[in-house]
Amino acid sequence: MRPFSYVPAASLEEAVGVLARHGDEAHLLAGGTSFVLLLQQGLVDPGVVVGLSSVPGLNTIERDGAGQLRIGAMATLGRIEGDPLVRDALPCLSEVVGRVATVRIRNQATIGGNLAHADPAQDPPPILLALDAVVEAIGPSGRRTIPLDSFFVDVFETALAPGEILTAVRVAAPSPAIRFATVKFLPRTVDDFATVTVAVRIDPSPDGRVADLRIALGAVAPVPLRAVAAENAIRGHVPDEALLAGAAELARDAVDPFDDVRGSADYKREMTRVWTLRALRRALAPSERVA
Amino acid sequence: MSETARVSLTLNGEPRTVEIGAGRTLLDTLRWELDLTGTKECCAAGECGACTVYLDGEAVNSCLVLAAEADGREVTTIEGLGSGGRLSRLQEAFLETGAIQCGFCIPGMVVAADALLRETPRPTLDEVLQGLSGNLCRCGGYTRICAAVLRAAGAADVTG
Ligand code: FES
Ligand code: FES
Repeated sequence: MRPFSYVPAASLEEAVGVLARHGDEAHLLAGGTSFVLLLQQGLVDPGVVVGLSSVPGLNTIERDGAGQLRIGAMATLGRIEGDPLVRDALPCLSEVVGRVATVRIRNQATIGGNLAHADPAQDPPPILLALDAVVEAIGPSGRRTIPLDSFFVDVFETALAPGEILTAVRVAAPSPAIRFATVKFLPRTVDDFATVTVAVRIDPSPDGRVADLRIALGAVAPVPLRAVAAENAIRGHVPDEALLAGAAELARDAVDPFDDVRGSADYKREMTRVWTLRALRRALAPSERVA
Repeated sequence: MSETARVSLTLNGEPRTVEIGAGRTLLDTLRWELDLTGTKECCAAGECGACTVYLDGEAVNSCLVLAAEADGREVTTIEGLGSGGRLSRLQEAFLETGAIQCGFCIPGMVVAADALLRETPRPTLDEVLQGLSGNLCRCGGYTRICAAVLRAAGAADVTG
């Protein structure tokens, strides 16, 4: 590790300015749980590190006028897990972030860092994809929003432009009729990264059909992704076991995992099918508590 | 801008200031600059919990915190538990239960368990397991460690 300078940013504008001045030499620091590891392993080698923890208000969780929940980028996963607004409007998100790693990591890791790091094995992206989340960013050319669905580009790569900073994630509170199921399949230890994560959202219609839905997958491709073909197979239909089984096979065919200690690529493909089917069943029959 | 950071923090209730390289972790700084060697380094990768300390009242892995980020904040280490040279009830319970073998994981275990008990004063065994998940004991002493935490919380003795 070469020596670097550390700049605790007093404002987002200052952080944007430092990034603009130093270009590739500068690196942002959010919670640090990934960054400090990358630093020690020599995978990042910054000349300047811009700390965001000193920017006031960047960890605020609030409801805006339109009823959307806005979670500041520096909100830690632990804070999101316990936040009364999140528990009330998005219990599915509280549950997912409450399963990330250990309590100590959750006390430190932030939602903004989690998304911007774009490690495909992270837990929050699938549920946020299922919620149609949008991220807010600020950069040299001002502010903009990016749908999470087009945010992840490749392993560790996002749609953020050079010098841009993710500032918040925004989610519309779903109506109470909408049902969710999330699974994190952990064949090794509870604090591990998942072998596969699945988030399912079902918007039922009164006639028993599935009016709309999302199936989002994590840890099984270079980016967290939606299983669009599987969604299309179910949308507009009255679900039965055969339909769900067919959709789960389409989800399996949509992924592109790699071999690692959490399973071979083939195993992960098969586990994608199995856990997608279970998550679909659970979202459709909320009384059923599957694994 | 300079490549050293001046860090003023409240450490176990006392104001302290250090000048350190901006890349130094809080763990390194505690052990090598501030002479508080109770906090242990094991994996240095956020996986074992040996380096657990409080940062602004929340338990974190100090091996994943840059010391520069602790500027203006409060850090409590294992040395800061208990008072007036006396062990805390939780520390006593670790001794009484025989939870300490080589002892290397214990400072991290105690701080993590202390944080758990602040949130959940009467935890179930399951809550203790969750709260200490990611704190690894290479002596494999988990049963007695959990028993110590439950004992400190006033539960009946569960050691066999
Ligand atoms: S030394 Fe920090 S978690 Fe292992
Ligand atoms: S007592 Fe030896 S590592 Fe836990």
